[in-house]
Amino acid sequence: MKQRIIGEVKRVNGPVIEVSGITDAMMFELVKVGEQKLIGEIIKLESNNAIVQVYEDTTGVTPHDPVYGEGMQISVELGPGIIGTIYDGIQRPLEKIREIAPIYIDRGISVSSLDREKQWHFTPSVNKGDTLQGGMIVGTVQETERVEHRILVPPDLSGTIVSIVAAGEYTVDQTIAEIQTQNSVIPLTLMHRWPIRVARPVSKRLPLDIPLITGQRVIDTLFPVAKGGTVAIPGGFGTGKTMTQQAVAKWCDADIIVYIGCGERGNEITDVLAEFPKLIDPRTGRSLMERTVLIANTSNMPVSAREASIYTGITLAEYFRDQGYHVAVMADSTSRWAEALRELSGRMEEMPAEEGFPAYLPTRIAEFYERAGYMETLSQKQGSLSIIGAVSPPGGDFSEPVTQHTKRFIRCFWALDRALANARHYPAISWLDSYSEYLTEMSAWWEENVTSTWQEDRTIIMDLLHREVRLQQVVKLVGPDALPDTQRFVLDVCTLFKNAFLQQNAYDKIDMYSVPEKQVKMLHIIVTYWRRGSEAIKGGATIVKLRKMKVYQDMVKMKFTVPNDKLSQLDKIEARLERSLNQLETIYA
Amino acid sequence: MLDSAIQKKLLKGREYIGVDKIDGPLVFISKTHPVGYRELIECVDAKGAVRLGMVLETSQDVVVAQIFEGTSGLTLPSSRVRFCGEPLTIPVSKEMLGRVFNGLGKPIDGGPPQRCDLELNVSGMAINPISRQYPRDFIQTGISTIDGMNTLIRGQKLPIFSGNGLPHNELAAQIARQAKIRGTETEFAVVFAAMGVKHDVARFFTRSFEESGVLENVALFLSLADDPSIERLITPRTALTLAEHLAFNEDMHVLVIMTDMTNYCESLREISTLRGEIPSRKGYPGYLYSDLAELYERSGMIKGYSGSITSLPILTMPNDDISHPIPDLSGYITEGQIVFEREMDGRGIYPPIAGLPSLSRLMKDGIGEGMTREDHPHLASQLFAAYSYVKDVRNLASVIGEEELTPLDHQYLDFGKAFEEKFVTQRTDEDRSIEQTLDIGWEVLRTLPIDELHRITEEEIEKYYGA
Repeated sequence: MKQRIIGEVKRVNGPVIEVSGITDAMMFELVKVGEQKLIGEIIKLESNNAIVQVYEDTTGVTPHDPVYGEGMQISVELGPGIIGTIYDGIQRPLEKIREIAPIYIDRGISVSSLDREKQWHFTPSVNKGDTLQGGMIVGTVQETERVEHRILVPPDLSGTIVSIVAAGEYTVDQTIAEIQTQNSVIPLTLMHRWPIRVARPVSKRLPLDIPLITGQRVIDTLFPVAKGGTVAIPGGFGTGKTMTQQAVAKWCDADIIVYIGCGERGNEITDVLAEFPKLIDPRTGRSLMERTVLIANTSNMPVSAREASIYTGITLAEYFRDQGYHVAVMADSTSRWAEALRELSGRMEEMPAEEGFPAYLPTRIAEFYERAGYMETLSQKQGSLSIIGAVSPPGGDFSEPVTQHTKRFIRCFWALDRALANARHYPAISWLDSYSEYLTEMSAWWEENVTSTWQEDRTIIMDLLHREVRLQQVVKLVGPDALPDTQRFVLDVCTLFKNAFLQQNAYDKIDMYSVPEKQVKMLHIIVTYWRRGSEAIKGGATIVKLRKMKVYQDMVKMKFTVPNDKLSQLDKIEARLERSLNQLETIYA
Repeated sequence: MLDSAIQKKLLKGREYIGVDKIDGPLVFISKTHPVGYRELIECVDAKGAVRLGMVLETSQDVVVAQIFEGTSGLTLPSSRVRFCGEPLTIPVSKEMLGRVFNGLGKPIDGGPPQRCDLELNVSGMAINPISRQYPRDFIQTGISTIDGMNTLIRGQKLPIFSGNGLPHNELAAQIARQAKIRGTETEFAVVFAAMGVKHDVARFFTRSFEESGVLENVALFLSLADDPSIERLITPRTALTLAEHLAFNEDMHVLVIMTDMTNYCESLREISTLRGEIPSRKGYPGYLYSDLAELYERSGMIKGYSGSITSLPILTMPNDDISHPIPDLSGYITEGQIVFEREMDGRGIYPPIAGLPSLSRLMKDGIGEGMTREDHPHLASQLFAAYSYVKDVRNLASVIGEEELTPLDHQYLDFGKAFEEKFVTQRTDEDRSIEQTLDIGWEVLRTLPIDELHRITEEEIEKYYGA
């Protein structure tokens, strides 16, 4: 490879280095620093000086070291072989790095993102003479049992196919077709590159009215998110951000999951790697790893690669969306990404805004979340990209800049509550602080596909939960005995709802995932208990009598006892509940 | 062009007489040859004593370096600076166990320099997450609140969030004495890093290791309160470098105790302020999180290696505030936390481990049948739930008075008392087996009626509650 020296090191300050003697570098160009060829990116150009952020540890970098330009922006390789792989923040496969260095990530290791040796079976779907626009499909590769990888024309190319290969085995860099553009003939391969900081183009945005089913009751029933929607999960340490994200990554009904571990614990990534291949997707019966891509930049890996990891992940996700898939991106945690921005900004001696964060923080957050959506793609298919971003506010204080700015650009907010987590109520999603703006858009879907009572039942239970808070304040002052039975019944129903519905055990084989039908039925049973129970109390029954009903224990345990494929058992519980309440009424009538 | 690698070799060891500026522990030298970032320097003062330092910033004009042993007594014209051409390394070997070192890895026990099997860079490198082995081996510490409720797992990083005047040193020493993996005879070692602690604290640990006869398995790295604060920045790194060598080259199980992380962070803030960096929360530098992660994340287990590093950092929460940046950022990196409560300490409960905010994230995979006992997960969950309710009842009682409580709430108060007195409280030399711990757990649960035990299966109630 020809080596193009673009300048020499002038000053080193952690991951930020100043380069002087710049001749023809471009903004965001990928560069290699020094003899070790450390990977970096140009982030500022000023007369003949440039600022480069280096994605590896810069120990030993010396003034006058040469800096090489790669002539392209920092990009990801898009093609078969991405699924099931674990990458670092700049798309280097960690498995390949491990083959070179067994324990630690050495510096200056150069490995290609996609395996150049592996052969894929390519089946073309276009013919010679076809005219293709950018982003259209030229053929397919069966990447895993469940993912058909659709090979796309790079979005910035269009023209007429002048040659196309027959179906057969090809590596990612072999020419499979040639396309005649306005100026020249360009060969196409199974892979192409795309710069990570540029959103991939789509044909148009569509409304968000289909839910992303997560199987988590508190989410789907109380605070649902749409396919193509954006969610923030803020919470202090130990409140279960990672647990919630992993539960959604495991069970949501997306086709592809991109899981970005950004500045988090190494063992969490190890946990995902150990657990996902063993878990079976209830919808396809295949291993969950067959739809998952992992990006890992753990907290001790270089900070500038942390900044890039978010973009690497979202670009991979967009690529699968462009093939017509529903993709969900888990970013854990966006606060670490913001802190990486802050650290780099500080090293560049930029003027800080709030709490040392750079003034462009909100712009960057907005750019990131705006890459989500439900789209009509250039390949004339429909695909969606949903973003679920964890936020780690310092001290669990939601008024800090990252949480506040994130709130401006997301439409669904799952606030994790310290008190719930301390009581080991998981998922610790607070029903008071959380919200979803997608409710009205999606109620049509629920009514059409699941049940007509969803919205009504949901409103009743949310109202009860809010009444409970006020009543609890009274209880704190005078004790529960001072309340009349009608009000104590509110507390009782809320306790039941929290224990039997909101709490969900991620380790229980039955409880870890609930289909929407199970959720609405369970909700309906509890609402029925409330409605008929309060009538009974008005008729003279006592709460003790209601709680002593045998069916009460069935309600408490229904989340554990009724599997997703035997929902008729819930109908039986409901029938039994009605019967028991009828009996009570006849006693007091 | 002369090959720059050769050029660098030729320049290695070049010495400069006179520095341009001294500011706290920082020295500024201008007009040098190209000096590498984080290169080790040797600074020789007028009397000929050598102090070590590290390059913090390098450029074509000026080099900024921090001197670990402090700058007192240095003068501008007569100080000589030698650049070593490579980052700070320490010689490591298994023979370092049983010895005492300063923060830079130099022996201070009067013995000869340690044998050198390997020279290792103290900064370490990031472990590839793929190479990690997920930790799941239960460590029995003999302390009920830890074993029963916040289980320590081999390869875990579990900090103690304490406060000034609380018995964190006693607890750490007790864990170091009693920790064992059941049913195995493995080589273990303790690496102890003291940052800015008082002399008597260091002596307390030494004596405690001595009395239990494990001193020959302990390496101590001491940077005490009257040593230069800058040395504290390197102390945990030297200690962890030895720990890595023992764990992954010598196949040992290493317990690393680091105390006090708060002093470490203070030193970091000091240097950052001197360099005029833009501060984030409470004046701490924006990279405090990454810096702490570099230390904490060095613990763990590696696939294909039989050794492990378990770390037990101790930090004192300034003003007992858990949302202060030091405990807060630590909590985001470590795998749980043991939190001390001053109020419990005031009531004479040892160890004063707060029930609710303490947490072990790796517990779920290390307990239960085949690892501790089959009733452990549900029992722990029930104890948590019941104790959490006790806190509510106590709050209520403080408003409406104990007499107004329902009979059930009274039972809960009894449970809370029994839990704290029998389960939590133990002597500093009391080593309980996990079975004893769980049995005491059942004993205190018996103060509650069966109907209240929602989280326990009927078989478990039959087998343990009735007994």
